[in-house]
Amino acid sequence: MTRAALAALLSHWARNKLQLAMLLAGLALATALWSGVQALNAEARSAYATAEALLSEGATARLDHPSGQIAQESFGALRRAGWLVSPVLEARVTLGDARVTLIGIEPLTAPPGAGPALAAEDLAAFFSGRGFAHPQTLREIRDVPREIRPSEAVPVGTVLVDIGQAQAILQSDHLTSLTLAQTQPEGLRPLETLVPELRLLSPGEGAELAGLTDSFHLNLTAFGLLAFAVGLFIVHSAVGLAFEQRRAMFRTLRALGLPLRTLTACLATELLLMALVAGAAGLVLGYALAALLMPDVALTLRGLYGAPVPGALQFNPLWALAGLGMALGGTALAGAQALWRLWHLPPLAPAQPRAWAHASARGMRVQSALAGALALLAIILAVYGTGLLAGFLLLAATLLAAALAVPLVLTTVLRLAERAARGPLAEWFWADSRQNLPRLSLALMALMLALAANIGVGTMVASFRATFIDWLDLRLVAEVNVIPRSQDEARALEAFLAPRADAVLPMLRVEAQLSGQPAQIYAMKDHATFRDNWPLIDPVPQVWDRLAAAEGVLVNEQLYRRSGLRAGDELDLPQIGPMPVLGAYPDYGNPLAQAVITLPRFSEIWPEAPIRQLAIRTEDAPTLIAALQDEFGLSAAQITDQAQAKEISLAIFERTFVITRALNLLTLSVAALALFAALVTLAGMRLAQLAPLWALGLTPRQLAGLELTRALVMGGLTMLLALPVGLVLAQVLLAVINVQAFGWRLPLQVFPGDWARLGLWAALAVLAAASLPALRLWRQGPAQLLRVFAHER
Amino acid sequence: MTALALETVTKSFPSVEGRVEVLRGVSLDIARGSAHALTGESGSGKSTLLHIAAGLEQADSGRVLVGQSDLTTLDEAGRAALRRGHVGLIFQQFNLIPSLSVAANLGFQARLAGKHDADFIIHLAQRLGVADLLSRYPEQLSGGQQQRVAIGRCLAARPALVLADEPTGNLDEETGDRVLDLMLELTAETGAALLLVTHSSRLAARCEARHHLRAGRMEGTE
Ligand SMILES: Nc1ncnc2c1ncn2[C@@H]1O[C@H](COP(=O)(O)OP(=O)(O)OP(=O)(O)O)[C@@H](O)[C@H]1O
Ligand SMILES: [Mg+2]
Repeated sequence: MTRAALAALLSHWARNKLQLAMLLAGLALATALWSGVQALNAEARSAYATAEALLSEGATARLDHPSGQIAQESFGALRRAGWLVSPVLEARVTLGDARVTLIGIEPLTAPPGAGPALAAEDLAAFFSGRGFAHPQTLREIRDVPREIRPSEAVPVGTVLVDIGQAQAILQSDHLTSLTLAQTQPEGLRPLETLVPELRLLSPGEGAELAGLTDSFHLNLTAFGLLAFAVGLFIVHSAVGLAFEQRRAMFRTLRALGLPLRTLTACLATELLLMALVAGAAGLVLGYALAALLMPDVALTLRGLYGAPVPGALQFNPLWALAGLGMALGGTALAGAQALWRLWHLPPLAPAQPRAWAHASARGMRVQSALAGALALLAIILAVYGTGLLAGFLLLAATLLAAALAVPLVLTTVLRLAERAARGPLAEWFWADSRQNLPRLSLALMALMLALAANIGVGTMVASFRATFIDWLDLRLVAEVNVIPRSQDEARALEAFLAPRADAVLPMLRVEAQLSGQPAQIYAMKDHATFRDNWPLIDPVPQVWDRLAAAEGVLVNEQLYRRSGLRAGDELDLPQIGPMPVLGAYPDYGNPLAQAVITLPRFSEIWPEAPIRQLAIRTEDAPTLIAALQDEFGLSAAQITDQAQAKEISLAIFERTFVITRALNLLTLSVAALALFAALVTLAGMRLAQLAPLWALGLTPRQLAGLELTRALVMGGLTMLLALPVGLVLAQVLLAVINVQAFGWRLPLQVFPGDWARLGLWAALAVLAAASLPALRLWRQGPAQLLRVFAHER
Repeated sequence: MTALALETVTKSFPSVEGRVEVLRGVSLDIARGSAHALTGESGSGKSTLLHIAAGLEQADSGRVLVGQSDLTTLDEAGRAALRRGHVGLIFQQFNLIPSLSVAANLGFQARLAGKHDADFIIHLAQRLGVADLLSRYPEQLSGGQQQRVAIGRCLAARPALVLADEPTGNLDEETGDRVLDLMLELTAETGAALLLVTHSSRLAARCEARHHLRAGRMEGTE
């Protein structure tokens, strides 16, 4: 009996293949978007873990120097005093075709970690020059000048060698840090007296990659969740409609003696089957999607945070299981209402969905109450909420409230239109649109969400872009930048350039902790380049004079906002003490806190800090560059001109949002699919509503035209609704999420051109979704409509 | 004057066993103001004939005249326009537009045809006993009430020809009788011709002429 019943129920899908395809596609896409994003996150996280495990930074304490260089003598002093320390040298170098991070270790004394373990495979070979690198790095280096073995234990973009080898490559006898063994002999001279110039970092400190990139991953996750929710709307709507269509069949089956329990079980089984099929397809799609986006994500993470993430994706069975679970859970969630309704359906409930509008009137009240409550929650969160989580909750509450309000607003608008309508057809058009709204509302809600997300994220990106480009123009005023290979070269360059350039601005910095955050302190030479160009937030009067007189510091916006500083507040600087904050400067794309003090004061405190870069002001950049290349034999990688620097920054910027844009587009496609599914399903059910009009003398062509117009009107209204929601979303992203996640706040700028383009896309999507049912009605109309009367269904 | 004339109309449908000849040369002539009944066993082609007369379906051969117009020469738009202006259709069910109130349904066809007459509609509603139901929606009416509204809507447009396919098929005998009475009275009042498809010889007996279809041919007219 059960098998016969199941066969009967499934026969519905055999006759409605398109509907089945839509349902499966919706679920598959939802799963794909969600699991794709998860795959990206998982891959990046495992890369951070690899990086951390190389020298087991999470478990060992380290010593470093603010200037980034530890003299060999300090190391010797520690060793002689009996401290168990192991030297590490880390530097960016060019190897073959790639810029890589070279890490030199001493495997015998290094605390146990993935790196020393690799070296221990063949110590003799390691000492005599064998290195290790990720296979991807090896490919990037291409022409390997020495023996480098591939290993997955080494993070991407890193080459691991013996410390002696590293010093030879760098032609330097400095070290960058010293790792401390976990257990040290008793009664040693304390570090503070032995090496007062060194800084002790507790385990895990300084390895903030995961922390810094958290917000990036949170953004991705939020997007994945949004896409998944939009997908669930489709499934919910498709399942609901499919149940409604089969009410007559349910009634017949139950009249024939099929117990309700069995019927419900059959339908649950049907849902399970679909979830499994679509979930599996979604996983494949999601994997493909992630593989497609991985290179961009990797570049973004490397560009923004210097995080070593490989550009290739690995398969993880756990991820697949989680994705499938999400598909099953989502289907259960989407189908629960339909099953619940079935359970409570009297056996002889009318097969035709009578009183749909009236039954949904109560649902509508519940829905508006819910929307109101969520809106209230959003307001409360907006006023009192703090932190990133509150920001995301605010986003979710806003979006959900707006989505729930869609049917409510549309009904009101349609009712008003109906009242204003003149002529029987117009009246029917609006009344009928309103009556069919409940069946379409889920798809329209999904569309609204997708459009609002599109507008919101689009506005944020465009606002950011506009601000960022202006800022870059102000920030990158130096015509030429040179990276010296050594301090001797830096000094020689300065001497050489002094008579030839308008100004030479050295870039020096030390690592530090500011307000408890990892930070950098920069030196700034008092020069018109900065005075005239740097945009400042809340500067004190005569800010540049006071900075030049060493009366205070400038901080970057990230530090300013995260620590809640105001101009005039004191900031505690290591080895200097408290200094008043003179203002803040925007510093987009930098995850670290930053402070700037005047160069003379900086040099007093950190005389040994190396010059990392020289910014050169000149009227004749090409001649100067040529002179530098002749005189110093500088490589192209060491010299960047302004245009190049801008290009690099913009490229990183664009990369950051490639993923956002791709996900945005996919979400919109999913929503269009939802609308298509709903319209296709509805088309069959609407025949009985349209047949009387045909009998009354309207042509199928007119009817098809009206159906198309109706879809466009509904889509247009939804787009209109999405606009304010999208702008609110953008505002939340710019003023709450960005501040919390990145530490900068941007002005909202509106781009009506973008909206027009999106509106066009939405109209096209709606047209595409509505045209097949309309075309069918036009072409096969008479035959189908006649069936309504002939068979008196 | 002729309201509806069919001249040797044939119609066949494709089916798995080949073409099924449903109408094999059927002729019929209904004058204005007269009521005719069409009977025949199930599957004999009554509904098909009615659909052809309404221009919902096209004959394979023969001529179909509604008033002065030959339906077989008209395209879909022309046939729709003819229905809008001159023909009233009543089916067993699915007559009303679910999204419109009873009042809007009653006036709908008349307004489409540009023959709206509010007094006449109120008169019809009172005669049909639906005057108290004007603000309701179709789904809130009983089957008999729905059929009465459908009749009212059809007659409000003052069509020259009313085609009814078992309009009382879903109703109990007593209600059916009353509805039919009203329909006969009102068509007579408006001067419309009526072709009524029915299974009931008792109802058929109340019409001026009766036609019987068998195996796709008119078996007899009385
Ligand atoms: N679109 C169609 N395609 C194929 N066959 C059809 C179609 N419409 C009607 N038929 C066939 O034509 C024949 C006549 O159908 P019709 O509906 O006119 O009968 P009827 O006399 O109205 O029957 P009933 O009294 O049961 O309503 C039937 O055999 C039916 O199966
Ligand atoms: Mg019939």
